[in-house]
Amino acid sequence: MPKFDFDVITLGHGSGGLLTHRLLQSGVFDILKNDLLDQQHDGASFSLEGKTAFSTDSYVISPIFFPGGNIGELAIYGTVNDLAMCGAEAKYLSLAFIIEEGMTMESFWIVLNGIKRAIDKAGVKIVTGDTKVVERGKGDHIFINTSGIGIIHPKANIHHNRIEVGDQIIISGNIAQHGIAIMSKREGLEFETDIVSDSNNLNHTIIALIEELGEDIKFLRDPTRGGLASVLNELAEIRKLGFVIDQNSIPIDDQVEGACEMLGLDPLYVANEGLFVAIVKKEVATKVLELLQKDENGVNARIIGEVTDTHVGKVMMKSRIGGHRVVGYLTGEQLPRIC
Amino acid sequence: MKFLSEYRDPELVKEYIQELHRITTKNWTLMEICGGQTHSLVKNGILDMLPEKITMVHGPGCPVCVTSVSVIDEAVWLAEQPNHILCSFGDMLRVPGSKKSLLEAKAAGADVRILYSPLEAVELAKQNPTKEVIFFAVGFETTAPANALSVVHAAQQSILNYSILASHVLVPPAMEAILSDEANIIDAFLAAGHVCTIMGLEEYYPVAAKYKIPIVVTGFEPVDLLQGILMAVNQLEKEEYKVENQYSRAVLREGNKMAKDTIQKVFSISDRIWRGIGSIPQSGFEVNERYKLYNARLKFHIDIPFAEENKECISGDIMKGLKKPKQCPNFGSKCKPEHPLGAPMVSSEGACAAYYHYSSDAIAQ
Repeated sequence: MPKFDFDVITLGHGSGGLLTHRLLQSGVFDILKNDLLDQQHDGASFSLEGKTAFSTDSYVISPIFFPGGNIGELAIYGTVNDLAMCGAEAKYLSLAFIIEEGMTMESFWIVLNGIKRAIDKAGVKIVTGDTKVVERGKGDHIFINTSGIGIIHPKANIHHNRIEVGDQIIISGNIAQHGIAIMSKREGLEFETDIVSDSNNLNHTIIALIEELGEDIKFLRDPTRGGLASVLNELAEIRKLGFVIDQNSIPIDDQVEGACEMLGLDPLYVANEGLFVAIVKKEVATKVLELLQKDENGVNARIIGEVTDTHVGKVMMKSRIGGHRVVGYLTGEQLPRIC
Repeated sequence: MKFLSEYRDPELVKEYIQELHRITTKNWTLMEICGGQTHSLVKNGILDMLPEKITMVHGPGCPVCVTSVSVIDEAVWLAEQPNHILCSFGDMLRVPGSKKSLLEAKAAGADVRILYSPLEAVELAKQNPTKEVIFFAVGFETTAPANALSVVHAAQQSILNYSILASHVLVPPAMEAILSDEANIIDAFLAAGHVCTIMGLEEYYPVAAKYKIPIVVTGFEPVDLLQGILMAVNQLEKEEYKVENQYSRAVLREGNKMAKDTIQKVFSISDRIWRGIGSIPQSGFEVNERYKLYNARLKFHIDIPFAEENKECISGDIMKGLKKPKQCPNFGSKCKPEHPLGAPMVSSEGACAAYYHYSSDAIAQ
């Protein structure tokens, strides 16, 4: 960490004046450096070739540091992954901070380094940004917004309209890691565990899949908030098809499952960050699995079910013991239970 | 949770189902007491696997569901007072009071916190000496020891800004209320494993003898439940009525002595109004005379009118096993988890919520 002449971020650092200039010059620009950002203009100018995807997301996670990452990495991977789900390779990102007065420079520096790690890993550039500071009590350490532009792979044809009866449902890895990692550090709930967030970039994995299998990858979605169950419910409803999944084939880490039992949470609704659901043509499902299992993001990938024309609009799960139940939408937030 | 997998073994499940088919000759109606058992039955799809002659009805063992509207109103009132921090287990927050839920009070600015243990609330009181910290002590006998212990801890440390709003309910009086109802249809009970972990089996013997009804203390995993059902049906087919313990890996005949002593130290038995059922004599715990300084009801003058239950909700009939959730005209239409008419649709362990979320049958209605 470079030496700053201030320990905490104050309202002045968001004023646009000298302090903002100092904050940016002493750290931010250096760490995020690239040809487009170095123009230091009101906006970035560049040309793009091919069909493009555009996405945005805001990150308000608490706590901002968690096992397996911090809000900085999350803000980059989140938008990179949203673009990847469109079949696009993320190119350029905007980055906007809303910082609460009093955040320490040390914390900010850790977040900034998280961002740096993430952009390097994902291979994207931050080309424009903004910094605002709000009064103490009006934020929660730091909020980040990122927007991103990516180039859609020429072989990609990702749309829910393409989902048909017989298509296979694949999940790229263990579910509920991120949500439970966060929960384990949340005030009032702390518990001892080695569970780490699955926060990671999925762009390289997705592009490799599309490169190999093109249109047979019909639909992609990252099951972040609301988890796996919410993604499948949305699809079942929009497409008016049935989705049948098998509980036995849904990959979940023992510790995560144990924590869910203890907290009274259903892992199907718990958030993920480096995970995706792929709906693929039946004939290529095994091939997808083969490719994924060689990738850092797909070691635990499984086929978890298929699309059917029975119980239209619903997600049905075959339970571990062979019974059946509907997996519905989550109502409100999952709240811990009493006993 | 490796130690649970053997209780979820599909092969064992199959064997129990086959055995149940083999021994069942008459129609039997069994009630599982605990909401956790209800959810496990529905979530694992067990209800559809049972012989047609066996009907499971879902009992009153969801503490969130049976907490009366008036008690929720008391909690909301306490939360809304200046300088108060109201702490609660998570799933009490969404339950509607007569005007609002704790979640709505929180959104409007009340300091309401979700905790996992009442001991954390004592800690909170210690850290905030200028505020009053109140713990909303709901639950069956299961949560009573920890809630009682929080009072003992606070007293030992002379923490005077801590109190509890006790709304504890007890299983055996509720069973008796159900059995003595003229419309009773229950042939056997699966008693709640966790409750008996604390209380043991003793209080169930007189109930089984008086009403000539089998009572099987049962766990929560699929194999537990099927074994419990099998033991109960076995008794019924042989015209026996005993107290049996399926959940012997957690339940001792005498229960947990230390936990029971702590309960006795802090609580006395009192009458309690059950949501949907009405007043049941001697069916709850209230903070006793010795610890009255820690009784939020005595400490604060809670000034609210008595609230009536929502007449459209048939939760009473559901918790007595007289009706199934889908027999309610409002189920899934006027009453849904996002706008519940009554508590069984709110709580994660309520019977209506279980049917709404997991049962294909119910959704088709």
